[in-house]
Amino acid sequence: MGMTMTQKILAAHAGLDKVEAGQLIEADLDLVLGNDITSPVAIKEMDKMKVKGVFDKDKIALVPDHFVPNKDIKSAEHCKCVREFAYRNEITNYFEVGEMGIEHALLPEKGLTVAGDVIIGADSHTCTYGALGAFSTGVGSTDMAAGMATGKAWFKVPGAIKFHLVGKPAKWVSGKDVILHIIGMIGVDGALYKSMEFTGEGVKNLTMDDRFTIANMAIEAGGKNGIFPVDDLAISYMKEHSKKSYTIYEADEDAVYDEEYTIDLSTLRPTIAFPHLPENTKTIDQITEEIKIDQVVIGSCTNGRIEDMRIAAEVLKGRHVAKGMRCIIIPATQAVYLQAMEEGLLKIFVEAGAVVSTPTCGPCLGGYMGILAEGEKCVSTTNRNFVGRMGHVNSAIFLASPAIAAASAVTGKISSPCEFM
Amino acid sequence: MKAAKGNVFKYGDNVDTDVIIPARYLNSSDPAELAAHCMEDIDKDFIKNVKQGDMIVADKNFGCGSSREHAPIAIKAAGVSCVIAETFARIFYRNAINIGLPIIECPEASKGIENGDEVSVDFDTGIIKNLTKGTEFKGQAFPEFMQKIIAAEGLINYINQK
Repeated sequence: MGMTMTQKILAAHAGLDKVEAGQLIEADLDLVLGNDITSPVAIKEMDKMKVKGVFDKDKIALVPDHFVPNKDIKSAEHCKCVREFAYRNEITNYFEVGEMGIEHALLPEKGLTVAGDVIIGADSHTCTYGALGAFSTGVGSTDMAAGMATGKAWFKVPGAIKFHLVGKPAKWVSGKDVILHIIGMIGVDGALYKSMEFTGEGVKNLTMDDRFTIANMAIEAGGKNGIFPVDDLAISYMKEHSKKSYTIYEADEDAVYDEEYTIDLSTLRPTIAFPHLPENTKTIDQITEEIKIDQVVIGSCTNGRIEDMRIAAEVLKGRHVAKGMRCIIIPATQAVYLQAMEEGLLKIFVEAGAVVSTPTCGPCLGGYMGILAEGEKCVSTTNRNFVGRMGHVNSAIFLASPAIAAASAVTGKISSPCEFM
Repeated sequence: MKAAKGNVFKYGDNVDTDVIIPARYLNSSDPAELAAHCMEDIDKDFIKNVKQGDMIVADKNFGCGSSREHAPIAIKAAGVSCVIAETFARIFYRNAINIGLPIIECPEASKGIENGDEVSVDFDTGIIKNLTKGTEFKGQAFPEFMQKIIAAEGLINYINQK
């Protein structure tokens, strides 16, 4: 019985020839990540440990991004705690305001995550790096603390679901629609404790940014990780961004999967997740009623990359945000911000009546920079639409792609760009 | 390990970490402060009514969403002695074990326990008793490795002991 791609990476990092689903292992870590919400709790836990200091100052990444630039005094204290820890331990990859970006967009861009790595992060969307063929998964602060101290973490080897992708997505259909379609199909616990392995000839029709978006939301189906094969596109991305050496793992031909699905990307339509779960999906064609909205957010670790900015700009160019609508656009990193500026995208956004923010997770988790009032509705390119996630307990979030979000900002209701383009 | 006994607060499927502890309170990491807002967006009376030793029982995928350890920390600091669910989201499961909050997967108990029932749990045997209804369930036993972490009252103590 063969191993899945994920199992092969885990076996190699546990010093074993073979692992199987359900086996408990201890694996060596290539990177341990934390942010301004989760790291202070981890630092407090580390203080209780006998081991002093970190296992490797080059293999820890600390990215204050959630409530940064500091939204209030308490957040400022958290950030200060992380900053002081980083300086005290000479952490190489600490990213201050001005250098930082949303962690899961920033780390691949900085070349810190490559194929074959085992990465844990005290943030659930750490699964994003599977787009490059790494095993990466979200953990809590105590695991982060143990990881920073020892360079190891325990895992239960996951089984896997295989998603065989074929075909090419149509215009206005992107990675977000692919993953929302999948979550709608298998549910928010459809991949609980499992790997989501994406394969097939359709993978080549997905850009790196599409793949980051898809792997990013594996957690929204309960998945332990999402992972893509390492093809020429992934290799050229790593060569452009990273000096680290990478290792390509492939699933065995006789690897065992708990379930297998074939998805024809050419048949997918723009897909929207209705409140209050990412599994409550409808295609744009299934929405018959008019749904008026109050706010649009384009950004986050899911959809704040340069392609997302380009798509939003393509829709907003020469148009204007609907009267009474707030459209908040957040490039995920300083590099994305700069690129968007050089390409003239920021000008398009501002002329369209949108606001452009410095990188922050802010509104996605109801922190700041776009909180919803009672009864308000938002179309957002973020990843969760749970009760109260973006503000008042009686507000509503519709998850969608940048194309749908930008089009909805123009019309003031949930719309496709096809309505006016 | 010790046993627990208390009254049950019962919830449904997919109780997410955003309702367990909304992100607007994550500018604090103080357990007591977090506990004061525990379950606020799903049950605003929870924190008024919960007593030391009480339990949470839920259906599928309890603790889905964010990796915030603040969620099990808030539940533990609110006085909850055990969470029983049909299934747990995996990061919540890890976090609960790592901070020493006892949790048990048991679909039968999740179905056979109602809000307000008095329940006891024996962590050594995995036996869950619904004292109100006079019924008994067998929860899933932890693998030996996790038992050691729980016995040490969390991962950090476990590593310190190694």
